[in-house]
Amino acid sequence: MTPIDLANALGLQVANQGGGDVREVSGIYCGDLLSIVMSHAQADNVWITVMANVNTLAVAELTDVACVILSEGMSLDDSLMAKAKEQEICILQTDEPTFETALAVWKLLEQS
Amino acid sequence: MENTLTLRYEVDGEDFTRAGEASAAVKRALKKMGVSPEVVRKVAIALYEGEINMVIHADGGVITVEVTPKEVRMELADHGKGIENIELAMQEGYSTAPDEVRSLGFGAGMGLPNMKKCSDEMKIESTVGVGTTVTMTVYIQ
Ligand SMILES: Nc1ncnc2c1ncn2[C@@H]1O[C@H](COP(=O)(O)OP(=O)(O)OP(=O)(O)O)[C@@H](O)[C@H]1O
Ligand SMILES: [Mg+2]
Repeated sequence: MTPIDLANALGLQVANQGGGDVREVSGIYCGDLLSIVMSHAQADNVWITVMANVNTLAVAELTDVACVILSEGMSLDDSLMAKAKEQEICILQTDEPTFETALAVWKLLEQS
Repeated sequence: MENTLTLRYEVDGEDFTRAGEASAAVKRALKKMGVSPEVVRKVAIALYEGEINMVIHADGGVITVEVTPKEVRMELADHGKGIENIELAMQEGYSTAPDEVRSLGFGAGMGLPNMKKCSDEMKIESTVGVGTTVTMTVYIQ
């Protein structure tokens, strides 16, 4: 399952597609404190966070997660969106809280 | 003679938006050289944590990375305020990060422990009021 498949199935907004149509998702990581995310998030994870700033993009790139889901209605400003495009990072958005989002992703991954 | 690639970056102490550029560049260079993804990840994370620390806790500094066929050596040198108690700073959860930095997602006090975890050798030399130099080595083989 790709991040874009996830977005379509769960009605998440695709803020930036990046590599989201080709990467395979494996596992979920939730967290907002970046050093902790960096030490635990695995490559190809779906990373769910409320943290929406330039460091979010850096951490997504360094950990090589498959996509970032910004929960609780968080979004990136225009200059950060441009940066996400340039770095080809898949960014999805939802108004739902982190837990509900993770649960929905989990159910979907379990079925697939 | 050892075949060594040296990369050098100046880290701006003011600019949060550019923090991470050095680690991203090193990550790309290592990938291109065919270094294993696991090693690339460790180097990139260790370097990013160190780079962010130089922005948050010091006033920027200089990063030097040397890549040999055997290992990646990183040196992060700053002329910031220094670390009074290195043992304490190394503890998980210890942080003096100010509130405005916490609101950006930093300040968990996990940066230095992460750097230690990601590197095979790590040394911190610091003098209060003079600066801090962190050296880390990640083995390739
Ligand atoms: N280059 C440095 N110059 C001065 N003090 C430093 C430096 N690096 C780290 N420190 C001190 O060591 C403490 C612990 O650093 P560490 O990276 O583990 O946590 P943090 O930066 O506060 O939070 P996190 O890395 O989890 O976002 C810092 O809060 C700071 O007091
Ligand atoms: Mg830190």
